[in-house]
Amino acid sequence: MTAVSAFFYRKPKLRLGFLLSAPLLWLGLAYLGALAALFVTAFWHTDAFTGQVVVEWSLDNFKTLFTDAVYRTITFRTVGIAALVTVIDAVVAFPMAYAMAKLASPRAQRILVIAVMTPLWASYLVKAYAWRSMLSGNGALSWLSPGYGVTATIITLSYLWLPYMILPIYAGLDRLPDSLVDASGDLGARSLRTFRSVILPLTFPAIVAGSIFTFSLSLGDYIAVKIVGGTSQMLGNVVYDNIGAANNLPFAATVATVPVVIMLVYLAAVRRTGALDNL
Amino acid sequence: MKNRKTRLAGLLGASLLLAACGTSGSNSAAPPGAQGFTPPKLEALKALGQPEGQLNVLAWPGYAENGSNDPKVNWVTPFEQQTGCKVNVKPFGTSDEAVTLMKTGQYDVVSASGDASLRLVASGDAEPVNTALVPNYADVQPFLKDKSWNSVGGVSYGIPHGWGANLLTWRTDKVTPAPTSWSVMFDANSPYKGKVIAYDSPIYIADAALYLQAHQPDLGIKNPYALDDKQFTAAVNLLKQQRPLVSEYWSDYLKESQALKNADAVVGTAWQVTVNLTKGEGAPLESAVPSEGATGWSDTWMVAAKSAHKTCAYKWLDYIVSPKVNAQVAEYFGEAPANPKACAEMTDKTLCDTYHANDAGYASKIAYWTTPIQQCLDGRTDVKCKDYGEWTKAWTEIKG
Repeated sequence: MTAVSAFFYRKPKLRLGFLLSAPLLWLGLAYLGALAALFVTAFWHTDAFTGQVVVEWSLDNFKTLFTDAVYRTITFRTVGIAALVTVIDAVVAFPMAYAMAKLASPRAQRILVIAVMTPLWASYLVKAYAWRSMLSGNGALSWLSPGYGVTATIITLSYLWLPYMILPIYAGLDRLPDSLVDASGDLGARSLRTFRSVILPLTFPAIVAGSIFTFSLSLGDYIAVKIVGGTSQMLGNVVYDNIGAANNLPFAATVATVPVVIMLVYLAAVRRTGALDNL
Repeated sequence: MKNRKTRLAGLLGASLLLAACGTSGSNSAAPPGAQGFTPPKLEALKALGQPEGQLNVLAWPGYAENGSNDPKVNWVTPFEQQTGCKVNVKPFGTSDEAVTLMKTGQYDVVSASGDASLRLVASGDAEPVNTALVPNYADVQPFLKDKSWNSVGGVSYGIPHGWGANLLTWRTDKVTPAPTSWSVMFDANSPYKGKVIAYDSPIYIADAALYLQAHQPDLGIKNPYALDDKQFTAAVNLLKQQRPLVSEYWSDYLKESQALKNADAVVGTAWQVTVNLTKGEGAPLESAVPSEGATGWSDTWMVAAKSAHKTCAYKWLDYIVSPKVNAQVAEYFGEAPANPKACAEMTDKTLCDTYHANDAGYASKIAYWTTPIQQCLDGRTDVKCKDYGEWTKAWTEIKG
């Protein structure tokens, strides 16, 4: 045993590799492997008669995806909803995170962080159904939304993902030294100017970090829109319907690549802001 | 490859043709084997043996309760005590899931709806059932026996279990006069715009087809599950026209019940169980099968061809349609029992009337769910019909 530890002690690179091998194997096989399998399936199709997957390479699924106007509409609707949810969450979360990080006492800070996290411990379904009854015709918040639909979906998703936005911004603001804010004031900047020139630029990466959560979670959601979305549907519903009802795994895989591609583009753009260092 | 597919398609076409003839009673179909196909040659069990001590059941949720969901609802344990067959229950959520699971060969019996049963027969996953070994089969409603979804060429492939219709339901306080036609849901000028609730499944296209069958006879729709290009486009267009009227599509019956209770929706398609439930909560609701008829479901218990526990399987088939158990299942799930003797065993004696369990005329008005395939189920051979994959694509398009 000592010999083994002595050996690894002398070879730090090997030690690191040994320690990382299990997580890397997990990441490589279970995570990237599954993703790769998904991409491959997207090029197959199902037999119309038996419903079995036929392993024959073709681009037909992608052709359908790009030529049928309905999938374009759904993609734009989904991206629009995700973007709006992100903006709403950022606007709501920033003042809350600011109060938590800068105004509250250390004791109150802890309580507030717990308060923000409590909704995460409740079931997603319960929260979505609660919004369904609140937004219904004789519900308490029915004035917010004209019946069920895109508006109701945006409200519900904004509520559901809000903690994922508050926490990164809170962490970012917590790291922002008070001395910088004071210095800005000492130099004669009013609070709005301080916010624009000091606080916002320094916490922007944190906001972007939060937006990765809210954006990607909204992009993949299908349950909330099933519960409060009325007649509208998102990309997730198309995936779900193709697997659940039609047993058409290849086409579902094709549709599922859309959010993956959108997220890759988004992450590439976001990488330049330094937001990924904030995660 | 192309050739093989065509041949395969021919095979199924023949099998379905035979199936269709089972319903109409005519025997003029192509003789078995003419196209190289009869359903896979499988023999029904000749005689019961000793119970094997095990039974793996694949069931719709609510069809095989063992007390784990609700301690008060349990008809699996008495079966185990009576027969010594230990029961493992696997619930499934959709007919497609049931078909996939049956292919594993791990299950002995399955409760298949009409959109799954023929696929199981054609693929050889389910075998004929010797109804002589199921004493309670004699009591089953004659109008449920030897139908196109539970028999092929006069050979029975299972035991009918329960059935129901997708009803038209409405709030009596908001919808006057009481509607007698689906037009309240389909007419572009319906006064209930934005208050309509419709079923969320590609199979709902059949409801539109059923409506067109009555209102546009020139389309020549004979069977709402056998739609050629022109008929299919008409049905899809009708549903696209309906979409602005719809407040939402439901797949969860509790969600629908809530919408009707809050009057977010005032008219829609519903199951009997939803209507009862919502009425029970005080909503003024009424339901009916409109003049055009309605779609619905009829379920069959089938035996897996690869089953290693056939005696236990037959015991289960007999047990599940025995008056008492059939009553329990029908009451718990909310449907008409297949065995009329079940009516006397219900806790609520009015249920058989509510579900029209003994009304053959009512049952004949229902167009039972069937999986649409390329070979037209109504027997046409000069056109190709739309298969379920295309129904699903169209359903996505309808919802927009």
